[in-house]
Amino acid sequence: MYQTDRYEGMIAETVAMRGHTADVINAYLARPLGAGPFPGVLLIHHAPGWDEWYRECTRRFAHHGYVSISPNLYFRDGHGSPEDVGAKVRAAGGAPDARVLGDLDGARTYLRSLPYVSGKIGVFGTCSGGRHAFLAACRLNGFDALIDCWGGRVVQSKEELTPNQPVAPIDYTKDLSCPMLGLFGNEDKSPTPEQVNAHEAELKKHGKRYEFHRYDGAGHGFFYYDRPAYRQEQAMDGWKKVFAFCERTLR
Amino acid sequence: MCTMIAHQVKIQGRGKNGPEWFEVREANVSYDHPYDLPLEHALNIDFVNEALGPGARVAVELSVEAARQLVKTVEAVLAQADQRGVLEDRPLAASPARDRLHDA
Repeated sequence: MYQTDRYEGMIAETVAMRGHTADVINAYLARPLGAGPFPGVLLIHHAPGWDEWYRECTRRFAHHGYVSISPNLYFRDGHGSPEDVGAKVRAAGGAPDARVLGDLDGARTYLRSLPYVSGKIGVFGTCSGGRHAFLAACRLNGFDALIDCWGGRVVQSKEELTPNQPVAPIDYTKDLSCPMLGLFGNEDKSPTPEQVNAHEAELKKHGKRYEFHRYDGAGHGFFYYDRPAYRQEQAMDGWKKVFAFCERTLR
Repeated sequence: MCTMIAHQVKIQGRGKNGPEWFEVREANVSYDHPYDLPLEHALNIDFVNEALGPGARVAVELSVEAARQLVKTVEAVLAQADQRGVLEDRPLAASPARDRLHDA
């Protein structure tokens, strides 16, 4: 809990890092001032793009004492406004999972290389970023906490698989390597409450550590204050749960 | 929800997203998150020219009802023009001078 007599400061800036196939991509890094060591958090932006909400979210984690990085997963799709670039990726059926995982692996390596980062790193994502966060925590080593906020298409039928998303993330559940926090709205269409149930059953089946919180009166993206989906009460409770989970798993 | 429901069609036309027109070569049609329309999902149409970069884009975001009305209206207008014998149903000549976003 922040105290009014405590010093506080942060640095937030764009940095370059190596991602999939060692390509250089850009990322937004925010860190508390001081020698640390601070835990790290990797933030995975949502399908609409690497936008202002994600920059604010990255700084929010830094404000709470985490070195936070949000890689631009659409770096290779061109540059312009986040909306224009996001629309291009939307038309292409989303970013390929393999490329995203390569970029996330690079971002985690980058975090670990920083002298003020402690050994613990969490991964956080919303919407498609929640799905990617789950994939990362199953497919990559070295994460100590997973926060999946309404990640859609974790459960996918065969008909929904595409060349860019060839495997349903739920099929990797047995490989989940860290505790998971899941936040979901009961009015969401993806994931539906039934899909969240299926995901929870799979986590139970494999004996994974998880906690799911499901909110009535909320649908998809209820943290997004810039969209009509925003639900103040549920969002603030969700943020409390996010940071309580991070404190338990990453400190 | 990220539906990933998106189709692209090659088209010929012109679009305007600022003071100048540019050559439109593709239309991306999706049913997914809109950016501005206050709905969780919308029928989104982006008229773009991929060769010019992500900024060469004229975007519309429509409700389902609006999208259906638009489709019907486009078909009706084309049918009426056809009936009156004024349809110019032939390919557009390439226009290299309009290949850059801000060429006049």
